[in-house]
Amino acid sequence: MSAPLVEVSAIARSYAMRSGMFGRATAVHAVDGVSLTIAKGETLGLVGESGSGKSTTGRIVLGLEPPDSGEVRFDGKPMAAPATAAWRAQRARMQMIFQDPLGALDRRLPVAAQIREPLDIHDLGTPAEREDRVRELLRAVELTPAHGARYPGALSGGQRQRIVLARALATKPDFLVCDEPVSALDVSIQAQVVNLLVDLQAQLSLTLLFISHDLRVVRQISTIVAVMYLGRIVEIGSADDLFARPEHPYTQALVSASPAPGRRSAGRIVLAGDPPNPAARPQGCAFHPRCPRAIGRCASEVPVLSAVGSNRQVACHLVTGAETRDAA
Amino acid sequence: MGRYVAIRIGRAALTIVLVVTFAFVVLRLSGDPALMILGPEAPPEVLAAFRKAWGLDDPIWFQYLDYFGAIAKGELGRSMRDGRPAIELVLERIPATLALTLPAFAFKVALGIPAGIYAALHRGSGIDRAVMMTAVAGFTVPSFVLALVLVLVFAVQLGWLPSGGQEGWRHAILPIATLGLGGAAVLARFTRSAMLEVLGQPYIRTASAKGVPWRKVVTSHALPNAAIPTVTILGFMVGTLIAGAVVVESVFAWPGVGRLLVVAVANRDLAVVQCILLLVAMTMVTSNLIVDFLYGFLDPRLRAKGAHA
Amino acid sequence: MTDATLKDTEAFSSEVDTGSREENASKPESRAPFRFHQNGKGSSVRRRIGLPAIPVSVALAIIWIIAMLVIAAFAEKIAPYGFTQLDLRNRLAAPGNAAHWLGTDELGRDVLSRLLASIRISLLIAFGATAISAVVGTTLGFLAAHFRGAVEQLVLMLTDFQASMPFLIMALAVLAFFGNSLPLLIGLMGLFGWERYARIARGLAISANAQGYAAAVRQLGATPSRIYLRHILPNIASTLIVSTTLVFPEVILMESGLSFLGLGVQPPMTSLGNMVGYGREYLTRAPWIMLAPATTIVVTTLAVSMIGDWLRDRLDPTLQ
Repeated sequence: MSAPLVEVSAIARSYAMRSGMFGRATAVHAVDGVSLTIAKGETLGLVGESGSGKSTTGRIVLGLEPPDSGEVRFDGKPMAAPATAAWRAQRARMQMIFQDPLGALDRRLPVAAQIREPLDIHDLGTPAEREDRVRELLRAVELTPAHGARYPGALSGGQRQRIVLARALATKPDFLVCDEPVSALDVSIQAQVVNLLVDLQAQLSLTLLFISHDLRVVRQISTIVAVMYLGRIVEIGSADDLFARPEHPYTQALVSASPAPGRRSAGRIVLAGDPPNPAARPQGCAFHPRCPRAIGRCASEVPVLSAVGSNRQVACHLVTGAETRDAA
Repeated sequence: MGRYVAIRIGRAALTIVLVVTFAFVVLRLSGDPALMILGPEAPPEVLAAFRKAWGLDDPIWFQYLDYFGAIAKGELGRSMRDGRPAIELVLERIPATLALTLPAFAFKVALGIPAGIYAALHRGSGIDRAVMMTAVAGFTVPSFVLALVLVLVFAVQLGWLPSGGQEGWRHAILPIATLGLGGAAVLARFTRSAMLEVLGQPYIRTASAKGVPWRKVVTSHALPNAAIPTVTILGFMVGTLIAGAVVVESVFAWPGVGRLLVVAVANRDLAVVQCILLLVAMTMVTSNLIVDFLYGFLDPRLRAKGAHA
Repeated sequence: MTDATLKDTEAFSSEVDTGSREENASKPESRAPFRFHQNGKGSSVRRRIGLPAIPVSVALAIIWIIAMLVIAAFAEKIAPYGFTQLDLRNRLAAPGNAAHWLGTDELGRDVLSRLLASIRISLLIAFGATAISAVVGTTLGFLAAHFRGAVEQLVLMLTDFQASMPFLIMALAVLAFFGNSLPLLIGLMGLFGWERYARIARGLAISANAQGYAAAVRQLGATPSRIYLRHILPNIASTLIVSTTLVFPEVILMESGLSFLGLGVQPPMTSLGNMVGYGREYLTRAPWIMLAPATTIVVTTLAVSMIGDWLRDRLDPTLQ
């Protein structure tokens, strides 16, 4: 088995938040002890609600923010500190796709110039070669040079996201983090862009970290899926297996809420309680106030992510507790 | 609220420190302070004694602290022209300047704010247009031009008013008018736009739709809300008033602090300049503090949260 | 002192999300017909620079400013006489005579020629000062936005300080201490208004940095200078330009005021304020000496202000 491309070890990140002018400062644990490995060519789908910490995780994995503790290693080497020259050089190998393609593009420049920009920044190839590469990239994302001459404002949302994708692929990166890349697009376009991503991944042997709250999209593109809740990973496993047989109660609720072909909408699990608030994390298992199957232990002890079967890890007392009981 | 107050006072103190530092730096950069303060004709022994007394051979930090100390005690040097302490010269001129600036301020407020409010309430009317046009004149016509034009019209051609000096109350009319008119125009325009912005808010429409008589809508809702930005601009106007006083006093040969400043600058009478600079700084800082407190008082949002703008 | 948060100039393009992939994913006409960039629509690129209907008053203002610029450039060539040239037999001549269209002053110098030379000096100072304050202010604003922390606090302190003291007083103090020379004057005037650019640049750079294109380009690996110079600056240029048109007339007024008091431009050089200062003594006998430069000051200031207002309405209606 090849060494993983991306290794994330127990990263944590908190923000200090003050409630009002005179309130006490509270620490918001956006990410709390997350560990992942992503092998080359794999797509890890990171799923969770707003406030689960998935975007922050994505930024830390890419080195855009330093974690408070823990480490990220890319291709065996530790991630450079942000805004240093080493970090800038590393950018050529890893890139991010954002949720808002219009915001990610400079309105004053034609999009072809923006696709070209990474090549200029990292000084790759002669100017003529760069132009060729821009054309090649436009073709790869299924757009024409005429599109390249336009300004971002003159393109549709789906086209813009393709441009962002083209720009991200300019330096032939190995790793791509996609943070809700299709959430802002129309549903019909979402499928097109995701298909494009899948094709490009195959062609270019890309490794992807795909962050989304939308299970349908994640299902389409991921090989492995990790589910996050309030800053921790609660379940991680291979995609098909996880969606077919979710173990963690939260995952079960999510899966039951998203329609899938061929599955009758049996027993939809509706979660009670309030949506998670990162500033006010419950004791013990963060999910226990909303969990339909919570037991006493859940309120006091934090469940640890443990292996269940060959290809799955779950952080739940019910699942792992049962395992250990069975084993014992 | 306490935090708001503390921040404001802190900033005020900081500004004073900055001004003193500015004066210190400029004074040091421009040459030998002994020569500057005592004049080029002072004999060498006096200069040496001065340097020693002022510690001018000490390291620069000591000098800075000493300078601070001297300022705090009010020792600001003597005027080169007549040897009197600079601070005396300045203080004795303050009443004359106040005699112009206070009425001018009142004039500005009394004329400008009502005009602006009226213009906003009767938008598009003749008065509104008149206000807007004079307002434009207010900030394109510099005060010295306005002063000279007024002199030309009222003193030279019509002979109604004297053109300079401070002999009687009639002498004050043109200077006050000059100072007040320009500011009134700007204030009118600003008040008008503040009122217009408030009047365009949904809650005004709601109040009116609820059946509240228009007059009450204006007095209870529109005016208090428009007062907030207007008060801020009044704070700025103190600064422009001071600057305007410098010019107006020079044109009308009015013996106030402004005129003293111009003469002192022309003669490079640095002690006096320094003194006036500090006086102006204190005035500005005080007026800004007053405005900030008024602001905090007028805007209930600030009172409740204790946040600072 | 409130720190106004300035929104990014959204007036420039409105979003299109038709979800279709045709060539003509065109956007609706935005409110402002005058844009700094053009939109290529389809393959037949129709570059539309879109000059709007300019109101008559603004057109007149533009013509006046152009005339002033021409005069500033060619003052010596146009002037009928040298501006220090004496014509002692014709002292205090009234305007309207054939030899001296605008009359002469107390030394027989031609008022028109002096006026032209004054325009040149005053505009020179105003341009120089505006350029300096724009560059200094924008740079400091960017530094504050980029480094945040102590640097930002320092810059904010300086802007507060500058905004709270009347500039005239500080200028007078500097002139008292340092004396008078043209480079010093331009440098001094260059400190006028920098705090406005700094506030705008800082505000817009912070909002640009927080999200959007700047963050995207940064994570492409761009150096900060590239981000600021190639991306942020062009995007905020329009706001800065509008500020420039607002500061410029004030610089003219300030310099005129100083020169009027005898503390700005020194003889033998002549500026508009200078001329008014001289003309003051002859107000009763020869008011034209003062009226010609005074009118020029007022009209020029008015013209630039009008252009500035119009530009501001066109480019960014959200700014006050």
